[in-house]
Amino acid sequence: MYKYRDCIAMILAGGQGSRLQAITDKVAKPAVSFGGKYRIIDFTLSNCVNSGIYTVGVLTQYQPLLLNEYIGNGSAWDLDRMDGGVVILPPYQAKNSADWYKGTANAVYKNINFIKRYNPENVLILSGDHIYKMDYSKMLSYHTVKGADCTIGTIDVPVEDASRFGILTTSEDNTITEFEEKPKIPKSTTASMGIYIFKTDILFKYLESDEKDKTSSNDFGKNIIPAMLKSNLKLYSYPFNGYWRDVGTVKSLWEADMDLLGDTPSLELNDRSWRIYSGYKPYPPQYIGDNAKIINSIITEGCEIYGTVENSVLSENVTVARGAHVSNSIIMSNVKIEKGSTVEYAIIDSGSTIGAGATIGTSSEITVVGSSVDIFPGSDIPGGSIYRGNKS
Amino acid sequence: MSAAGIIFSNIHDECISELTRVRTMASVPFGGKYRLIDFPLSNMVNSNINNIKIITHYNYHSLMDHIGSGKKWDLARRNGGVKILPPFITAYANRENSLYTTRLEALRSVSASIDEIEDEYVVMSDCDIICNVNFKEIINEHISTGADITIVVKEETLNQEQAMKSVLFIADEEKRIIDVLSFPENYNGRGYVWMNILIISKRKLMSLILDATAHNYNSLIQDIIAKRLKDENYRLFAYDGYFGRVRSIPEYYSQNIALTRSNSARELFLGKNSPIYTSVPETSSTYYGNSCSVKTSMIADGCSIEGKVENSILFSGVKVDKNATVKNSILFENTIVSSNVKLNCVISDKNVVIQAGRFLSGHETAPFYIEKNKMI
Repeated sequence: MYKYRDCIAMILAGGQGSRLQAITDKVAKPAVSFGGKYRIIDFTLSNCVNSGIYTVGVLTQYQPLLLNEYIGNGSAWDLDRMDGGVVILPPYQAKNSADWYKGTANAVYKNINFIKRYNPENVLILSGDHIYKMDYSKMLSYHTVKGADCTIGTIDVPVEDASRFGILTTSEDNTITEFEEKPKIPKSTTASMGIYIFKTDILFKYLESDEKDKTSSNDFGKNIIPAMLKSNLKLYSYPFNGYWRDVGTVKSLWEADMDLLGDTPSLELNDRSWRIYSGYKPYPPQYIGDNAKIINSIITEGCEIYGTVENSVLSENVTVARGAHVSNSIIMSNVKIEKGSTVEYAIIDSGSTIGAGATIGTSSEITVVGSSVDIFPGSDIPGGSIYRGNKS
Repeated sequence: MSAAGIIFSNIHDECISELTRVRTMASVPFGGKYRLIDFPLSNMVNSNINNIKIITHYNYHSLMDHIGSGKKWDLARRNGGVKILPPFITAYANRENSLYTTRLEALRSVSASIDEIEDEYVVMSDCDIICNVNFKEIINEHISTGADITIVVKEETLNQEQAMKSVLFIADEEKRIIDVLSFPENYNGRGYVWMNILIISKRKLMSLILDATAHNYNSLIQDIIAKRLKDENYRLFAYDGYFGRVRSIPEYYSQNIALTRSNSARELFLGKNSPIYTSVPETSSTYYGNSCSVKTSMIADGCSIEGKVENSILFSGVKVDKNATVKNSILFENTIVSSNVKLNCVISDKNVVIQAGRFLSGHETAPFYIEKNKMI
């Protein structure tokens, strides 16, 4: 017996994020570190809680170990609850089938029973790999007032990027008239953020009929939304104006981290009215040594800084030794940067060691060092390379 | 063996009366993100002691806020967990039911709750000590030596002033206690100083409490331990890890500032896979601005630093504006240091705002303390 719910959330967190290269070799994209102490999925989970949505299914598939452990019982986000809370939904073996989630729609279809348990009026579908602060409760009341069958969160994107997104054409009252997934010649710059609110019964109906179509790729953008438009259902666009990034590539991840720097960063994380929550680790405060020099950087607890850090973002428990120089880089947790080494325009994944006197990267392109890699002292890793180390 | 923990949150409050005006000794901030109770509490949890009672007296709102459900220490449990015991005063309170002042009186006042303990042993600790100690080892020794009480001490060199605020134990070669010096007035030099931690069986503890009630004993050390040295087996356990004690404001100040000199305190905070846990407000990481200069300091998350910080401890949410200089200071949560401010040997309590251009300085023997929520 669950109490009445106007909405529950389903977070799609199973994608590999292969364009993030070595960073997603061992972890799912939603579990990639961001902004020092966060992981990407913290934004979606915190948005849910801050919007009053306390029943959240997280659909996992690719490399779920770290993600599962990180979410745990959801206590970091106040999602450890008697009624609802966060539930991890991996692919499972059923009586007549046992296969992976095929597409976004198929993943939700396979968890229709989870949604039915709570009997919500609406279902909010989210991606676990976007960085933004958004009040879903406003979108939900917009959806309700409009009497929409489906509402899609949209954002205005630059023309040159438009063909990477699902592009919508809308009439003056935001009714969606056309939807095209990744069009070659985009008709507008209104892009889908991959955020959908559906009336539950309508969602079920379309998921079930889509599942019967053997030619369908079982994707919300490619199949479900076009099918709904074809049947003349009421689809509305909900325009969003804040900061929103899809950190799908090495460069966009690096840029989004850099957006946190400066006097007036484009994404403010220390916002007490909209807190982003993250998992708790018992590290001591940061220790800054006598020769340290830190300029325009974000540093997290457990770090020990004796060298120079400039325009960079450091996660927990990173050591920067005397004479080491880190600039314009993202350093993930538990990395050791030894004496006299130089790291420039790079992303160093967690647990790696940069040996003394090594040189990593140049300003021309972002260099990636994978997780738990030992870079030998004095090595020179050229700019733009993806270094996974000698280990398998 | 199984053990329960008892923590005294208010004893010694008067040693640092400025800081305990609005809180208990237990909830006094320490080392950038901790409260003093985090040390005994985490030490107990790391020693597999999961049934912990915290005895309070007054001013315990801040303590209750900090402990919450005990989740951050893995103490939100169905079986055991952490429990705060406020003073137990019955209706028709008379003098006998009034608030306690000593450890023994405190135990007497909550004896019903202690009687409910089902564990065989009890570890008792105060909140004025800073250490990372494993009680498992001490309890094992307590059992194997057949001790009635095991007293945990640290061998230290004391000056006269420190000795006057300490309890010292003298033991024979087998570490059996043969003499006690409570707050000696003319002692200096090396000695075994009590860390305000002891181990006792639950049965023994209950009989002590009943005995104390019958005879109106008030001091555990003077009325009980000192008088029974010959008949009972009281033993020492000497701890040799990182140790700090808070007996006065200058000592509180120097224990904090000592953390900035080198990062040797990492051993204290992380132990051997025995971290000190705490509860802190949810903030982002710390931002170091374009014009900042930070040296030999310990800094929590959630700060924003544009000015100069040296040999200082910054708790979460501290803001240091451009051209401000913070030296040898301890700034509690959400302190705001505006531009062109100069601070030296200052302790600012929570939510203090120091307006532009102020110069404030204390001395390490008499740090300048600014009370909670004050604007200067």
